[in-house]
This record gives sequence, C-alpha cells and structure tokens, in this order.
Amino acid sequence: MAATETMTLNMGPQHPSTHGVLRLVLELDGEVIVKVTPHIGFLHRGVEKLSEHRTYHQILPLTDRLDYLAPMSNNLGYILAVEKLMDVEVPERAETIRIIMAELTRLESHLVWLACHALDIGAMTVFIYAFRERETVMEIYELISGARMTSNFFRVGGLSQDVPDEFVKKVGDFIDAMPGYLDQYEGLLTTNPIWLKRTVGNGIISAEDAIDIGLTGPALRGSGVDWDLRRDNSYSGYDKYQFKVPTGENCDTFDRYKVRLIEMREACKIVRQGLDRLKPGPVLADCPQVCYPPKENVYNSIEGLIHHFKIASEGFAAPEGEVYQGVEAPKGELGFYIVSDGGNKPERLRIRPPSFVNLQAIEQMSVGTMIADLVAVIGTLDIVLGEIDR
Amino acid sequence: MGVDNPLGDNVITTSLDLLVNWSRKSSIWPMTFGLACCAIEMMATGASHNDLDRFGIIFRASPRQSDCIIIAGTVTKKMLPVIMTVYEQMPEPKWVIAMGACACSGGIFDTYSVVQGIDEALPVDVYIPGCPPRPEALLFGLMKLQDKIMTERNSFGSAIGLGERYIPETA
Repeated sequence: MAATETMTLNMGPQHPSTHGVLRLVLELDGEVIVKVTPHIGFLHRGVEKLSEHRTYHQILPLTDRLDYLAPMSNNLGYILAVEKLMDVEVPERAETIRIIMAELTRLESHLVWLACHALDIGAMTVFIYAFRERETVMEIYELISGARMTSNFFRVGGLSQDVPDEFVKKVGDFIDAMPGYLDQYEGLLTTNPIWLKRTVGNGIISAEDAIDIGLTGPALRGSGVDWDLRRDNSYSGYDKYQFKVPTGENCDTFDRYKVRLIEMREACKIVRQGLDRLKPGPVLADCPQVCYPPKENVYNSIEGLIHHFKIASEGFAAPEGEVYQGVEAPKGELGFYIVSDGGNKPERLRIRPPSFVNLQAIEQMSVGTMIADLVAVIGTLDIVLGEIDR
Repeated sequence: MGVDNPLGDNVITTSLDLLVNWSRKSSIWPMTFGLACCAIEMMATGASHNDLDRFGIIFRASPRQSDCIIIAGTVTKKMLPVIMTVYEQMPEPKWVIAMGACACSGGIFDTYSVVQGIDEALPVDVYIPGCPPRPEALLFGLMKLQDKIMTERNSFGSAIGLGERYIPETA
C-alpha cells in the first residue's frame, strides 16, 4: 500500500466566504479536513491601545467599528461599563430606546448573517431579500443618529438626543412586517432539500465542548445550552421584558440557523414591548459631572458652553477601580473590562469579543468534514473580523 | 435578426478609442474584496436596494477576471502585501478605488498597525470619503471612475501593442 500524504492548502485572507480577512491554513487528506489553523490579525487596528489615549466619551466612536454589523450593541456594552464605573442612573426613556435599538441591531446583524451564510451555501435569493430589510433598519439608524452604520448614538448617561416623532411609526411598521419577511426566508430555506443537505449534521459541537471552549450567543444555544445574558444576568432593564430564549437540540448548523431565526422573531416582540413602554421624558441623566449639557443650554448660555467645553476637552475623571460589563450582543457575550487609575482616560480597556472566542470552535466543528462544509461552518459561527482582530 | 436594428439604415461613426472606453466603463468588474466596515456598505450597494448590476458592475471572486479593486476598509500592515499581490495579479487595464476614510488616509486609526492610506502603495483613481461612505457615495465614485475611463486616449492602440494608454492632463 502506498503511503498517503496530507496536503496543505491556504484559504484566505482574500476569499469570498471567509467573511472578511480571515486566513485559514488547512491540512487535507484528499478533500477531507485533517486540521484547521486560523491566522488572524489582518484587521488589527489597535483599538484597545487607542482607547488608552482617549477620554471616556471619545472611545465611543471606536466601539462602533468593532463589530460593524451591530454598532449599537457595542455602544451599549461600552457605555454600560462606563456607567457602572461612574455609577450613573439612566432615565427610563433612554433605557427603553436603547433596548429598542439593541434589538433592531440584533435583527440587522442576523439579517446580514443570514444573507452571507445563505449566499456562501448557494442561496442567492435570500441575500437579496435580507439586504432589502436591512436597508429599513439602516433608515431607522439614519433617522435617529444621522449615520447609516456607525451611529455613535448612545452617550454615557443616556442618548445623544431624543428620537424624532416618526420613529415610533417607522419602527412599528417595520417590526409588524418583519415576521412576514421571516416566513419568506423560511419558505426559501427551512424545507429546501439543498439547504438541509448542507446544514443538517454539519458543524456539530456538543454542549460540553461548547461550554469548555467558551462559546456564547446562538453558537452556544444551538448546542442546547440555555444561557442568555439578557435573562440570566440582566442589564439595562431587560428583566422587565418577556421573551423566549430558543435552544437547539442537534448541535448542528441547522439548529443554529433555527435558533437565530427564532431570536429574530423574539427581537420583534421585545421591540414591540419597548414601543409600548415608551413615555415622554428626559433622555440624558441629570449628572453634570459626567454628561453633556442639553444643546439649548450650550447655544444659549455661557455656563452651558463652558460645561460642554469642559466635558468635550478633558472629559471626566473616573474613580480608581476595575469594572466588567458583558452584554448579549447578536454574536454572543460582548464584554468591556475597564481598569481606571483615577484619570480621565482608562488605564486599560480590554474587549471580550464574542467572535474571537467562537472562532476557536472552528477546528472541532470542521475536522473530518469536506472543504465545502468548512464554508458552512464559517457562516454558522457568524464571525466579524473587526472584533476578532480589534 | 434576433434584435431590431435600432439605427435603421443609419451609420454611427466613432473612434476606436471611444468604443473601447465605452465598453470598459460599461462593464467594470470589481474584485470581491472586503476588508472592514466599508465592505458591508459595498455589499449593500450591490444588493437589492441600490443594485450595481444596472451599471454592468458584477463582483468577481478572482483577480484574474477583474479590472477594478475597491479598497473597502482599513488596510493594515499585515494585509498590505496581500493586497499588493492581488493587485499585481489583475490584468491591465486596472483601476483602484479607495473607499472610506481608512483607505483614503488611515481614518481614525492612526496606530502602529494601520497603513495611513492605500495610496502609499497603489495608484488610486477615485477617493470616496466617509466612514463608511453611503451606498450613494460609492455609486457616485464609480460614476466618476466611468468619466475618467472615458477620457483615456490610445486605449485601442495600447490593447494591440501600439504605445501606452494615457489620460490627457486637462481631464
């Protein structure tokens, strides 16, 4: 018998289905994967280092660009960490709008995931449909913040400004229509034999392994682990909302697909509850030491102008200490760990990106399968290189 | 004939350069090459709402089949050699679009790992500012590139080995 040799194959960083600039070095036995080694760092922008040279307010725009599919979730995680450090009480209206936007962001992120995942496996139509709905979310972003993607809308202590009047109607219309769109996607995929062949039994990871690796988000829930930070370690008033946390059974790509689709339906329900709770009121905490003054004061009084100048130029001094805040971002647990030495800039800001941790599962999920299945595994992990490399 | 003759019995005269330029500008095939945030807006531009296909713009996954590279996102020092390789693999004629603040100038990421603008390495034809640029901005940038392609001279001659393609200074 002739001895067989394995072959080494490079995949990426320029590859249409590596979702950005991920590079994988594959060891292959024929077409079967023996070993996968991810190489990262192609999008390392030094966000954590930059943060050490910026005041707490100035770091916020950087967080937009971590997981650029879910900018508002990143904003939320960061400002909650700073608010914990500064002990700021947020007004109810601001908290409600934050939850509405965080859930719309979850919808948007999952829409792009669905679009790319389906496109990678060969279902082009879903890509076209999902981006149609994403455009509506982008319009809502633009309505409230002026920017389509990098919104930078939340502030420490509340929001940068109140939402316009048409916000409620626009969001309401969208989430009323969304379940119908989701039925459309399901009609295209859930019973599609090609989709089933590509996803059922692909990328299996057991619940124990998932916990050992530290998977979070839909990747963990797809393996049947019932864990969601919104419910189990509630923040920003999520405990006042009713929603289901879906879990999978078969630990495969198809179950993770189902989990995400149910999550999107639940997100619509949370947004509806948020809209029902929305009452007039202030959107910024009354905490002049930390928060920007209202714009009327800045334009009409010298005290307001001085106040604005002071916050914008030197920020605020945080008490010495450490704080960690994790939020349930669309991709999993997104954590911000701030070490303060008492100055107006963090001494160290560590970001715990869900994609970075979830990427570790790629070897376990794909060894023993074909190269084509690896594409489905990358899709189901829903990684974003912006937050992996930071 | 399979198609109606739109010109009737008439004749159109044009220069070979214009014909070549017109064909090139009407079928710009960019690389599928997303780097960061801007790539999502590039996808959004290609998807249903904005639809790049109506410009004859179809994304190709191989540099060998494409004639335009949209640098959509932050270029890091680790990524730069890869981009150079991809660019060198593209056949002539080829154009470069720097999409977004990072590709134009490094943007907000003035750090040890980020290349401060792709024009340090590649000849950029169109700069599109924004962080990220709106899909409309990308469309406008692509239309500017089309205008630029139309001003090129000797495009036919250079294709059959007679001299170099060039753009008049006044353009």
